[in-house]
Amino acid sequence: MLGSTPLEFKDEAKLALADANLQKALAGMDDTFVAWRASAVERLPEFEALRDAAKGIKDHALANLDFYLERFAGNVEAGGGKVHWCADADAARAAVLAICRRVGARTVTKGKTMIGEEIAINEHLEANGITPVETDLGEYIIQLRHETPSHLIAPAIHLTVEQVGETFREAHRDLDPQRPLVDPGDMLTEARVKLRKSFLAADVGITGANFLIAETGSTVIVTNEGNGDLTQILPRVHIVIASIEKIVPTLNDASTILRVLARSATGQEMSVYTTFSTGPRRPGDLDGPEEFHVVLLDNGRTALLGTEFADMLRCIRCGACLDHCPVYQKVGGHAYGWVYSGPMGAVLTPGLIGIEKATPLPNASTFCGRCESVCPMRIPLPKMLRHWREREFERHLTPSRYRAGMALWGFLARHPRLYRLGSGLAGRFLGALGRRRGAFRSLPLAGGWTAYRDMPAPEGPSFQQLWAKRRR
Amino acid sequence: MSRDQILGNIRRALQRTAPPETAPLEARLREPPTGPIPARGQLPQPERIELFLAMAKRASASTARVADAAAVPGAVAEFLARENLPARLKLAPDPALTGLPWESRPLIEISTGASAGNDPVSLGHAIAGIAETGTLMLASGPMGPSTLNFLPDTEIVLLSAADVVGGLEEAWRLLRGRLPAGQLPRTVNFITGPSRSADIGQKLQLGAHGPRRLHIILVGE
Repeated sequence: MLGSTPLEFKDEAKLALADANLQKALAGMDDTFVAWRASAVERLPEFEALRDAAKGIKDHALANLDFYLERFAGNVEAGGGKVHWCADADAARAAVLAICRRVGARTVTKGKTMIGEEIAINEHLEANGITPVETDLGEYIIQLRHETPSHLIAPAIHLTVEQVGETFREAHRDLDPQRPLVDPGDMLTEARVKLRKSFLAADVGITGANFLIAETGSTVIVTNEGNGDLTQILPRVHIVIASIEKIVPTLNDASTILRVLARSATGQEMSVYTTFSTGPRRPGDLDGPEEFHVVLLDNGRTALLGTEFADMLRCIRCGACLDHCPVYQKVGGHAYGWVYSGPMGAVLTPGLIGIEKATPLPNASTFCGRCESVCPMRIPLPKMLRHWREREFERHLTPSRYRAGMALWGFLARHPRLYRLGSGLAGRFLGALGRRRGAFRSLPLAGGWTAYRDMPAPEGPSFQQLWAKRRR
Repeated sequence: MSRDQILGNIRRALQRTAPPETAPLEARLREPPTGPIPARGQLPQPERIELFLAMAKRASASTARVADAAAVPGAVAEFLARENLPARLKLAPDPALTGLPWESRPLIEISTGASAGNDPVSLGHAIAGIAETGTLMLASGPMGPSTLNFLPDTEIVLLSAADVVGGLEEAWRLLRGRLPAGQLPRTVNFITGPSRSADIGQKLQLGAHGPRRLHIILVGE
């Protein structure tokens, strides 16, 4: 898969931990996204019931995915739109390019779309002489820096305010180089003025979709900036790129899931703009696109359906699992090496690009369970990470040292007497050795642990001894 | 062909041996079930209107209440003066707006239609207001250009008190009741406060690409 580097996770994570800017940029997440979500949930007593209902809707939609997709496509076409079914990224790229070429597009504005990242549409358009302009503020910043998004809903979260200022000074050469650029509000205004011209000049607008509605053939985007709307109502052509699992049956179903989406993502009761788009402009309409296309992408999702990873297809990309993950909070999104990061990425990436290309990701977890506890769609993320680890083990993708260690532990666990004897001896030996300091700074075979923290020396009786004593 | 390939993959994954029983699915589409509606989305009047106004303010919109439509031009003039905004207004060509007594405010320059990007202030007419979240529902059509919701720096929206509903589902019902037949308008916008972004340093700023200000004028009791 294009430009994916999940295999380098460990090295990337080390670099990330040593990156002072990144650590500063990510430091506040408990006070922002985590705190914002918590207070929104506290204000809504029905939140847990809504999570159950939202999960139920997606389960129902996935169990009848063929029916609802056909109904959706039929309704899009009845309303004058066109649906392009695409089995993989190549097909989706080709479909988008063909539309752009047919209408003679020179510039294309884009709302934020993770599917766009997944199919690397910008690179494909550029290679064919068409200029894509990212209009979401975070996406605009990282496009200027030739970077990829590091978070589902906050693509530039890895950057400090100062870094964004430098980026704008570098990119906006026509402005006074001496202007102060310290206030995020000033930077926002600068980007607003720059992008306004692009919005008005674009020939084609590309957006993603948070939902596809079977009942009406509508696509839905949820944004705060308004860029996704300017992207779709100003150009002559609106292309929606969306993956097949975005389908929900009805407007009411979307309304239920919307109640958990914004609250989980940013702690808002509702995002600023939730827009339902149905077909091209109608006779008598005063604005809106003349053409409406939906590029429907599979790209490996049907292969997850009916497996132990099918629950992942409920994901609504709110980002809560990233925000609450102790690993993500320290290493950021880029270390994960592909489009999706954090717990949802660690589950989805192996599913889409193959576990052999993503072996470190399911291991980048402490199984603390915070992700599952906040997931609005109740996706059992730790359980699925465990399933990936099992697959790695079955397919001999784990390093030989791990395998030898696991084999040894497995043997001991099946021979309790040996286990007690061995652990008792080791405990007494280490306890005696470490009595003076109470902890070890380094231990043979445990360098991975002691490099970052001390290993406490065992003291007193073992858990099994205490347990046996209590039962007597 | 990709369509058959994708649908075939799905049917295999779902282990369909026979075509699915579609009657219950058709029934579910005809009579869409409603999920849990939060208690705050089921308030009676006048609490519902109070909640709408409180939630809209919480989302950083400003609000004003007037007794009847005739008082709207005055409320608009007052808002423009208070915020030190140009007295130049682009109206959605909706009789509920164009029919207001603008002649009582000759200093406000009025035009109607879609926006091409040079209108400082717009005035639109909401289909509904949603009390649960302080959200406005606006729809595109010959009387409702969507560009007015996004290009101007300031958006003013007129909302009739009778159109304030509890939750999203009721708003959909209200919209569908006003449509000639079946199909939704091209664009249905749910708007909750003015445009914003926290993409720089996780610091929330108002006025990203859409309007910097959203002012709601609620008409009637």
